[in-house]
Amino acid sequence: MTVTAPRGSQRKDAPAAAAVVKTGTSEIRELFTRNLRTSGIYIALVAIVALFAGLTGGASLGPGNITNIVLQYSYILILAIGMVIVIIAGHIDLSVGSVVALTGAVSAVVVIQYGQPWWVGVLAALATGLAIGAWHGYWVAYVGIPAFIVTLAGMLLFRGLTLVVLDNVSLSPFPADYGQIASGFLNGLLGGAGYDVFTLLIFAVAVIGYAFNQYRTRKTLISYNQLVPSFPLFIAKILVVAIAVMVFAWQLAIARGMPLVLIMLAILIMVYSVIMQRSVFGRQVYAIGGNVVAAALSGVKVRTVNFWIFVNMGFLSAVAGIVFSSRSNGAQPGAGNMFELDAIAAAFIGGAAVTGGVGKVVGAMAGGLIMAVMSNGMQLMGIDQSVQSVVKGLVLMLAVAFDIYNKRRAGSR
Amino acid sequence: MADHILEMQSITKTFPGVKALSGVSLEVERGEVHAICGENGAGKSTLMKVLSGVYPAGSYGGDILFKGQTCSFSGIRDSEHAGIVIIHQELALVPHLSIAENIFLGNERRGASGLIDWHKTNAEAAELLASVGLREEPTTPVGQLGVGKQQLVEIAKALSKEVQLLILDEPTAALNDNDSAHLLDLVRALRDRGITSIIISHKLNEIEAIADHTTVIRDGKTVETLDMADPDVNVDRIIRGMVGRDLEAFYPDRESNPGEVVLRVEDWTVKHPNQDRLVVDGASFEVRAGEVIGIAGLMGAGRTELMMSLFGRSYGKFVSGKIFMHGKEIHTRSVASAIEARIAYATEDRKAFGLNLIDDIARNISAASLGKLASWGFVNHHEEARAAEFAMKSMNIKAPNVKSIVGKLSGGNQQKVVLSKWLLTDPEVLILDEPTRGIDVGAKYEIYTLINSFVDAGKAVVVISSDLLELLGTCDRIYALSAGRITGQLPKAEASEERLMTLMTKEKELTA
Repeated sequence: MTVTAPRGSQRKDAPAAAAVVKTGTSEIRELFTRNLRTSGIYIALVAIVALFAGLTGGASLGPGNITNIVLQYSYILILAIGMVIVIIAGHIDLSVGSVVALTGAVSAVVVIQYGQPWWVGVLAALATGLAIGAWHGYWVAYVGIPAFIVTLAGMLLFRGLTLVVLDNVSLSPFPADYGQIASGFLNGLLGGAGYDVFTLLIFAVAVIGYAFNQYRTRKTLISYNQLVPSFPLFIAKILVVAIAVMVFAWQLAIARGMPLVLIMLAILIMVYSVIMQRSVFGRQVYAIGGNVVAAALSGVKVRTVNFWIFVNMGFLSAVAGIVFSSRSNGAQPGAGNMFELDAIAAAFIGGAAVTGGVGKVVGAMAGGLIMAVMSNGMQLMGIDQSVQSVVKGLVLMLAVAFDIYNKRRAGSR
Repeated sequence: MADHILEMQSITKTFPGVKALSGVSLEVERGEVHAICGENGAGKSTLMKVLSGVYPAGSYGGDILFKGQTCSFSGIRDSEHAGIVIIHQELALVPHLSIAENIFLGNERRGASGLIDWHKTNAEAAELLASVGLREEPTTPVGQLGVGKQQLVEIAKALSKEVQLLILDEPTAALNDNDSAHLLDLVRALRDRGITSIIISHKLNEIEAIADHTTVIRDGKTVETLDMADPDVNVDRIIRGMVGRDLEAFYPDRESNPGEVVLRVEDWTVKHPNQDRLVVDGASFEVRAGEVIGIAGLMGAGRTELMMSLFGRSYGKFVSGKIFMHGKEIHTRSVASAIEARIAYATEDRKAFGLNLIDDIARNISAASLGKLASWGFVNHHEEARAAEFAMKSMNIKAPNVKSIVGKLSGGNQQKVVLSKWLLTDPEVLILDEPTRGIDVGAKYEIYTLINSFVDAGKAVVVISSDLLELLGTCDRIYALSAGRITGQLPKAEASEERLMTLMTKEKELTA
């Protein structure tokens, strides 16, 4: 008697009637309460976008500003991708701000001081990031020092090394091609009068892909007798998302076109979402965060997985470092200060659990965007830096409190 | 009419999607020991959480009358104030605090200044300890006590709150026979002092020995309340109420015809991970195809340590020894390589070591077989879900679907998830460490049946159990382990509790 299901045999499609499909207002209420934890974050994002659109008289949704948000917060979102993985595994990384500074500095030295082409700078920065990740991974995974301590030490260590590399001064400016990484646009590839057709096309393809993917997921859920929203509600949800995305695309299209950074970010989000949801590695990360002993006794090579989680964080920190140095057109000793806290906040606002085992890449992106829209909106309104900081702190607090409240209410027997 | 200290009248409690209690009634007489029996998931713990205010008034239906008064507790504090104290299966003591500090935690003894009066605290604690028969200094940290003594500290803590109704949830599940006997004596002594107790237990022999009445719960309903003074009421009678049918036998029959040796272990020796002593000392054993062997041993004999170190060296420091599968030596230095060699090990503590409680059934079942279910490093979700659905059906796992969170299942169903996980790895040798600990009679029977069908398919099983009757009921041969050494083996026909116990307590010198 083994439980190995016959491979290759066609999964019989359960009759649709077997699936639990509810309708009516009770469904909407049910959908809200049941999914508050997972969809709450997206609802919050929409609410905050709407709030600041109102407060700024629509300025925050203007074409120029939307493009600005993308450029300004891309590196935080890149960091948040790595951070949410670290947090799901039950660790933390306090060093990413310093790593952003150091990798940017290395790149600047190579390109500006030694006059190398832009891609040599990029490779040098990535190599530095990977090496730093391996350093952290070694101490966390193989020596067994808590990541909090290792990366706290790393935060000091790599900030210090940044000062050494830069010899305590800022380096600038980069040659123009290096600047393209963070400020480049794809525009006019397919023409268009006053708007970029290419941008709209890319987003349209993305929306169709999203709708198709959602439809497939829904079909799978139904075949496994899972609770799914009724069909009209399902269509409504996709329409709302599609309209929001296309409005966003339109604003980009009438501004400067498709930012290169956005393409890179989209690819990173997609790749890492698939890794976390579908790959063996991703599943092992969740398993370690959920119960490390059970994972080890199931054959997960806990040390190896932990090591690569930090190597990956180092890699993404380097990517963020490159984007940031490109955007600020130089390297400063104080670059990336407090970035780690923004990245950590994004992950937690996005639904990651402090105890590990829970979290999603897209959740962290929504969390990061909430922070981004808030900061940007408050800047537009000319609100003082001090007040901004207070508001951001409170939002982080409330987001996690809301999460915990929901978990308690969901209750376990 | 009897004097009822507690009446719970048609209690109902619903969780999203599940009706946990549908009309449970319970009447407890003043000054008695009242047992509650039922399979896992029958609703015992839920009922006690309703009673103690964990689920506040309003979140359930029905009435609770305590000492004739209708109660509406909004939390544990309210129920404790009324004199109802619950002691959970998982003890709630702070290991680094002293016994006295634990006893008065949240209820500190203060002097006139408002600061803690340590003399009073320790003196009162000493009195309470004497009344529960625990000879320890009140200043000893709780973490230094064994589980049995910690249980007594919990009872002392309850007494400090002037308890009138004491609820004990599986009080002896983790205790050895000696400590269990002491605990039951204490419950009797408390009864003589007029304290009413409710005991939830799977150990029906204990219930027979101690309870005045037994209420049987099944599927969220009260089945019956048995008067234990009635000579017709015995363990079998209780089981009949719990499962709604007679178990023909506790252990299903199996024809034994062992084949060739599958796993042979020679001279296995393992050191403690951070002390310089041998935990497993030259252990040798073998198990054949179609055979179940048992490992008997007292607490600390090294049973779990032996098996975990065999399973990819998951425990301690390897010193020496050889493992052979089908006569060929294998080197399993990691869990992954042990799984690849088709050895599976289901841990004794499924919650702490066996399952990812916050994840779903499908992902738990696939956790040890991801390599098989994946191609190019990506998990095939359909294969995974199909394997999980197959396991849920063949194992009779009771849950809404494969996406249900494992932490919300009952102990028996969790154990079936653990077994499914290991069977999915397609093992030849299945090592089961305390496979039926803390699960109810019906689920136990199902697990024995699964073991039987597994060995009938020509596979080998190793069972570790503290329950000697379980070993005698399921195994073809039983090895006894004492202080890390195998002190003997007995075939089923020759084995008895007495002979095993003799081997299990054999000293090192005698075997030399």
